[in-house]
Amino acid sequence: MAIAHVSRVTFGRRRPNGFVITAIGAALCVALPVLVVLGFMLFSTSESWSHLVETVLWRYILHSVLLSVTVAIGVVMIGVPAAWLISFYAFPGRRLLSWLLLLPMAYPAYILAYTYTGLLDYSGPVLTWMRNIDAPTWVMWPLLEIRSIPGAAVMLSLVLYPYVYLLARAAFLEQAANVMEAGYSLGQTRSQVFLRVVIPMARPAIVAGTLLAVMETLADYGTVEFFGVQTFTTGIVRTFYGLRDTAGAAQLASILLGFVALLVILERLSRRKIQYYSDQNRRLSRLAVTLTGWRAIFAMVLCAAPMMLGFALPTAVLGYWTLFYAEGGALWSLTLNSFVLAGIASLVVVGVALVIAYANRLYPAPWLSNVTTVIGLGYALPGVVVAIGVLIPFGALDQWLSRGLMAFGVEPRLWISGSIGLLIFAYTVRFLAVANGNLVSGLSRIRPSLDHSGRLLGRTQSQVLRQIHVPLMRGSVLTAILICFVDVLKELPATLILRPFDFNTLAVRVYDLAGDERLIDAAPASLMIIAVGLLPVILLNRSVHAANHD
Amino acid sequence: MPQIMTESVMDALTLRDLTLSYAGDAVVHGVDLALKHRELGCLLGPSGCGKSTLLRAIAGFQALDDGEILLAGETLSTPNAMVLPEHRGVGMVFQDVALFPHLTVSDNIAFGLTDWPKPEARTRISELLDLIGLQGLDARYPHELSGGQQQRVALARAMAPKPKLLLLDEPFSGLDTELRGRLASEVRAILKADGISALLVTHDQREAFDFADRIAVMRAGRIEQFDTAYQIYHEPVSEFVAHFVGPGEVIDASVSGIRSVSSPLGELASDSDFGLPVGCPVHVFLRPDDLIHDDHSPYRGRLIAKHFRGAHHVYEVQLESGVVLGCLAPSHHNHELGENVGLRLELEHLVVFPVKRLCLREDCVNARCTGCPA
Repeated sequence: MAIAHVSRVTFGRRRPNGFVITAIGAALCVALPVLVVLGFMLFSTSESWSHLVETVLWRYILHSVLLSVTVAIGVVMIGVPAAWLISFYAFPGRRLLSWLLLLPMAYPAYILAYTYTGLLDYSGPVLTWMRNIDAPTWVMWPLLEIRSIPGAAVMLSLVLYPYVYLLARAAFLEQAANVMEAGYSLGQTRSQVFLRVVIPMARPAIVAGTLLAVMETLADYGTVEFFGVQTFTTGIVRTFYGLRDTAGAAQLASILLGFVALLVILERLSRRKIQYYSDQNRRLSRLAVTLTGWRAIFAMVLCAAPMMLGFALPTAVLGYWTLFYAEGGALWSLTLNSFVLAGIASLVVVGVALVIAYANRLYPAPWLSNVTTVIGLGYALPGVVVAIGVLIPFGALDQWLSRGLMAFGVEPRLWISGSIGLLIFAYTVRFLAVANGNLVSGLSRIRPSLDHSGRLLGRTQSQVLRQIHVPLMRGSVLTAILICFVDVLKELPATLILRPFDFNTLAVRVYDLAGDERLIDAAPASLMIIAVGLLPVILLNRSVHAANHD
Repeated sequence: MPQIMTESVMDALTLRDLTLSYAGDAVVHGVDLALKHRELGCLLGPSGCGKSTLLRAIAGFQALDDGEILLAGETLSTPNAMVLPEHRGVGMVFQDVALFPHLTVSDNIAFGLTDWPKPEARTRISELLDLIGLQGLDARYPHELSGGQQQRVALARAMAPKPKLLLLDEPFSGLDTELRGRLASEVRAILKADGISALLVTHDQREAFDFADRIAVMRAGRIEQFDTAYQIYHEPVSEFVAHFVGPGEVIDASVSGIRSVSSPLGELASDSDFGLPVGCPVHVFLRPDDLIHDDHSPYRGRLIAKHFRGAHHVYEVQLESGVVLGCLAPSHHNHELGENVGLRLELEHLVVFPVKRLCLREDCVNARCTGCPA
């Protein structure tokens, strides 16, 4: 009896192939900047390090910590009450507000900072009006002092609170109504149930959201640089470019990475608890209390205010400036540059992420999932650290190349470190985790039994991929591309440091104009970034809604 | 070996000395099993007994450590070579249904019919829709169907290409109890109507009874017994099988003759030889329906609990030895708790197991004896 169609590659023991090798390569790429930065800290000495320690190090630490703590308080104070009102009360406009609250996510913090600075200028409309009505100085003074740590904290809180709002709202919605009902049946009042049941159950989600906001705060460069707040990111750039001290910059970056690592660990721990506290199976109708009169107005104001300040007002101001004052300039060529760059980068990032996701699916092995965990940490790496981490080794490589090629009469130049390729490499390191997260969640919805069904119904592995995975994965892949596209468009520090000479994008243009105090002229490019940034927010809202109506 | 050849040609599925491992640990040890054509078999066992791994090996998703899998006499898997899943002619219904969410009901069923001529495929689809009773729902998507309907579509999809063998991996476990029992019988009828051989995996003995012609009870990677439902219930080969397939109690007894034991309920006669020496301690396994309440019986015990079932009571009676036995009592015999009530054995077949204890007597020659009196 001959055995027909025999494959000697058995299913139990698989050999690694291109998928797995790519996954490992990608993990090494993500790890490269971190390894470079840590390696520099361990194996080289900085000439100016003692000078840095004596003068600015403690200021960087103090400012970064102060800013982080203030933002953490800010996002919780805005995000939790909003999520609570939207989840448990009925009032006019609740449905609309539930997604309007997400809009500030479209704003990079630096654009909000530039816009408010322009708006609150001494000769700007707000303060002129206040002087005309003789407003007391204690009202005017904080508005004038927006370029400060509290000012930066307000800007960052206004764009970062949606993380807390989203996670808290999801946690509130996933709490089984019967747990709350059990609370009432045990004689607890509504507020007691809220404090003793609802909030403790949602706490891991709130903590996770807050930690994400703090990570973004530590990664921020544009806002703190513009406001003159000396934090790690500005310090790293100053040490790298101003003092030309690579080792010192790497050492600062290592300390920043230490803080980030701590946050990542805390965030992972609280995420683990979220699964444990939520109950997807029993989502009963909740006891929504209808608010009327001044209570309803209070709820509306509380939910509308963050959105007004974080989105509507600055967008109106930017629109006004664009229409009446701004000098257009090279907006279209900038947009083209940005879109082509973001387009190529997002395709590369998602392509690599797809290969990694499939490597994990086709070759399930514990060590391979560890590789994915390493990749997943990429989202926590501040753009400044990524940029420095890739610039150091490739800059050195360029020098070596140039020196070698000079012997053949070739002009020395930056072969790699001044190229679009390196910029895209840096984006890949920074945003691979974002793409990977989206794809893995999409892929996990295609259970292995679907693959097995396809195989038993006569399809080969590649036919299964084409006929089952492609149609089912299309949505996740497009979402991943879109989110990466927008992230690349908004990313400031990495672009600023790594862009080829004379290559401008929308974000870089906005930064340059703001640096020249031409805040009004920056409006059109800012609006363009925000308009594109709205797309994933709308998408996100739709997927949250879909999840709630399953 | 012509005899084996004819045997395997006759059988739909043959497993020979199958050893499988999962994550490095052997979970199936030297299993032999033969399923006849058009027979509906079942692998019944607690979770972790290796039954699902066995099924995956038959489907071709699991490599063999040792042994052989044959389908209608053709070798499918050996430790060195496996026919790819898509070339096996084996269908499978999954625990999580696994319908393709982006395809309609009829497209799901048609998925395995790409090699069929169009008109025949269409006929087969409508024939299956009739069989599963879902005519008119062919244009629906899986999420528009109820759980039971989805499971029937999954069944039709697996049956469509007329596989030589259909595997069912706990297909009813996601459904509620009532639907589960009904669907198991329904699926049995559908498969019998189509004349297909099938193997079901489950941990639910009622599902196994509803579905299968023969049931293989598995424990720790081995098949303890492969028999009809009646036999595994009434003539279990081990205490594990006896307890796993239904309620029952064990009383201590000792061998008093070639075919008799003496027990707290008197001398009990068996219809076959035990092959155990006189005096050897044994366990007698009694099902609740083996014991009848009888006021005139000399064997008595204290009534400690009773459960009214309408047509009869189930009494829990404690014997002097402390053993609690379940027994049936007529509906009108409403004794008070604590009363001394009579018990009578009504045995069709005596189920006796040697006591699980090493025999300490050096001159004991009986290999099955695990404890002769000193």
